[in-house]
Amino acid sequence: MTFFTSFSSLALLIVVIAIATYLFSRRKVTQAAAADHVKPHSLARYYGLYAGAWALLPAFLVLVVWTLGSQPFIDANVQTLLVQAYPDLEKGFLDLKLAQVQNIAAGLIESQDETLLKLADDYAEALQQASNLRTSIVLLAMLVAVIYAYRRVSPALKARILFETLLRRAFFIAAAIAIVTTVGIIASLLIEAVRFFSQYGLLDFFFGTHWSPNVALREVAAGAADEDVGGSTGSFGMLPVMAGTLLVATIAMAVALPIGLFAAIYMAEFASKRVRDVVKPTLEVLAGVPTVVYGFFAALTAAPFFRAIGLNLGLDVSAQSALAAGAVMGVMIIPFISSLSDDVITAVPQSLRDGALGLGSTRGEMVTKVVLPAAFPGLVGAFLLAISRAIGETMIVVMAAGVSAKLTANPLESVTTVTVQIVMLLTGDTAFDSLKTLSAFALGITLFTATLLLNIAALTAARRLGQRYE
Amino acid sequence: MAKKTGIKIKAADVSVHYGDKQALHNVSLDIEAKTVTAFIGPSGCGKSTFLRCFNRMNDVIPSAKVSGSIQLDGAEINDAALDPVLLRAKVGMVFQKPNPFPKTIFENVAYGPRIHGLVTSRREEQDVVEDSLKKAGLWGEVSDRLHDQATALSGGQQQRLCIARAIAVNPEVLLMDEPCSALDPIATTIIEELISELQKKFTILIVTHSMQQAARVSQKTAYFHLGELVEHGTTVDIFSNPKNDQTEAYISGKIG
Ligand SMILES: Nc1ncnc2c1ncn2[C@@H]1O[C@H](COP(=O)(O)OP(=O)(O)OP(=O)(O)O)[C@@H](O)[C@H]1O
Ligand SMILES: [Mg+2]
Repeated sequence: MTFFTSFSSLALLIVVIAIATYLFSRRKVTQAAAADHVKPHSLARYYGLYAGAWALLPAFLVLVVWTLGSQPFIDANVQTLLVQAYPDLEKGFLDLKLAQVQNIAAGLIESQDETLLKLADDYAEALQQASNLRTSIVLLAMLVAVIYAYRRVSPALKARILFETLLRRAFFIAAAIAIVTTVGIIASLLIEAVRFFSQYGLLDFFFGTHWSPNVALREVAAGAADEDVGGSTGSFGMLPVMAGTLLVATIAMAVALPIGLFAAIYMAEFASKRVRDVVKPTLEVLAGVPTVVYGFFAALTAAPFFRAIGLNLGLDVSAQSALAAGAVMGVMIIPFISSLSDDVITAVPQSLRDGALGLGSTRGEMVTKVVLPAAFPGLVGAFLLAISRAIGETMIVVMAAGVSAKLTANPLESVTTVTVQIVMLLTGDTAFDSLKTLSAFALGITLFTATLLLNIAALTAARRLGQRYE
Repeated sequence: MAKKTGIKIKAADVSVHYGDKQALHNVSLDIEAKTVTAFIGPSGCGKSTFLRCFNRMNDVIPSAKVSGSIQLDGAEINDAALDPVLLRAKVGMVFQKPNPFPKTIFENVAYGPRIHGLVTSRREEQDVVEDSLKKAGLWGEVSDRLHDQATALSGGQQQRLCIARAIAVNPEVLLMDEPCSALDPIATTIIEELISELQKKFTILIVTHSMQQAARVSQKTAYFHLGELVEHGTTVDIFSNPKNDQTEAYISGKIG
């Protein structure tokens, strides 16, 4: 029994049993059909698949649920013990102790502390018991399911239909999980954001022009709820941060939109097949460069470069500037726009090009007067998606835009963006329910709403293009 | 040379290759002015390929190579110096599938006159649009919704719009590649009547798979087989006593 206590070995056992169930069920129906001289309702393999699915699914369901569900219980138990052992420790330090206990139990670290060692022992034993119990329950569930399914296998059983139904449900569940997790993420964002707005005015947040979240953390955390609002807790006026985001995104789009669009037009309408075969994959490789690489290019190459040019022109360019971050972000987005636009342009039917050329259009007239107008909704969709990428982009701005929240439209100054602020607010040694950290969720939900609206608009636009050529 | 015999186009020794594959073999054919000439023959025999030679639309296909000579009113159109853009203003084309631009009805028809600078005022433009739509027999149906999207029209209406669009630039020759193959019988009848009407002003070359259509609308017929021009002559002759066995087999429905 002990061998099958680890997750992977148990999973392997389940698969082996399921395969055996498949083989035996298939044989059972073949033999039964031969003995009774009847033709089974479905092909023999469907009986195997039907019973095999019954062997597999309940067992895995129990396995996953149990694995995910039991851990918090055990942790909670140890936590109670920890509180008893260290009655006057703060919550943050208790979490630290819990982590130590877990690591000792897993054999990752060593310790001389008697109390901790004792707790680690208890913890390890609890884990062991839990996994033994898990193995028994999973195998029991499996046994019941296999017996049920195997006994039902007979030539009269509509195995194909049952299996298809099962399959359809499985797909549905997969889709549902994807949606549920997304909804869950949004909900958790929302809950924290609501907590923030219960302590900080909605209007003050959205229309405030002063952003300085930094106040001493721990004291605020201790009494965040009864702290008087807006007083010593820092100010959270989002406008300067939003302005920074929009400034950087605008610069990025000013770079990416014309270059990306022209590159797409060139590739789709003018490039020979040979050039296209080289340029298109190259651009796609560019799209695969990790953003952190663009980030240090912006911080170490672009920013000093713009600063040097500025000095020559007698302009004061700050070491971290919206211009540097925006320009590099634009370069990052070029392949995104060109690749999407290229798809949209090549989706315009050849018959329209023939029609335009047949009327005596030049290639340029054909492109500007027929192809681009026809592709317009799709192009708008591509641009909206690109904008939503620009405002959600984090790494480049963290590295190159700066952190000072200034309400400015001057691209030569350093600005901060929504994403940068979220990173700043949530990294480092932070008490989790201070107003400061909660404000990150308010920013997050704002950013999420903005990109969501942009994406919906983009999809709607692209769908309009699709409808025209159905 | 175009003599007083009314020969509009003289094709001599025209061959077309797609890459290594020869699709048209040394075709020579004279086309009379203000006549409807039908190209018939089994699928893949090179009718469309030949038709596209007359407005250099084969230029658009990278692998296509055209050789031989085609003279329009005595001027060589395969001349490398000739601008295909100007040629296509003189030799209009209507395609197999209606392909209106995703613009309004008015803008579709006004497109050609605009790019060729044929109209100088709004007034003139409106006149050309109205005139072309009338010639294409579509005016009555669309006069009150000229600024609706062209793609909202029915298939038959779209095809007549494409004809109106082509004749709006006042071409001399009209090429039609199976213009009715995507249409129902009623729309087909309307277009056939239209072709007979248009023939008074234009030289028309039409590719068709319908023998009845060829017989109804054309005065001259050319029969192609495997990239060769097998037989040509007046439609009446070709249909009543074809000289070639292949031609006879095809028009009586034995091959195709
Ligand atoms: N773009 C192209 N590239 C390569 N080969 C082509 C191309 N277009 C046509 N061909 C070939 O040239 C030959 C003639 O084609 P074409 O389209 O002229 O025939 P068609 O007589 O119009 O046939 P259909 O009645 O089916 O329209 C065919 O064998 C075809 O495969
Ligand atoms: Mg054809």
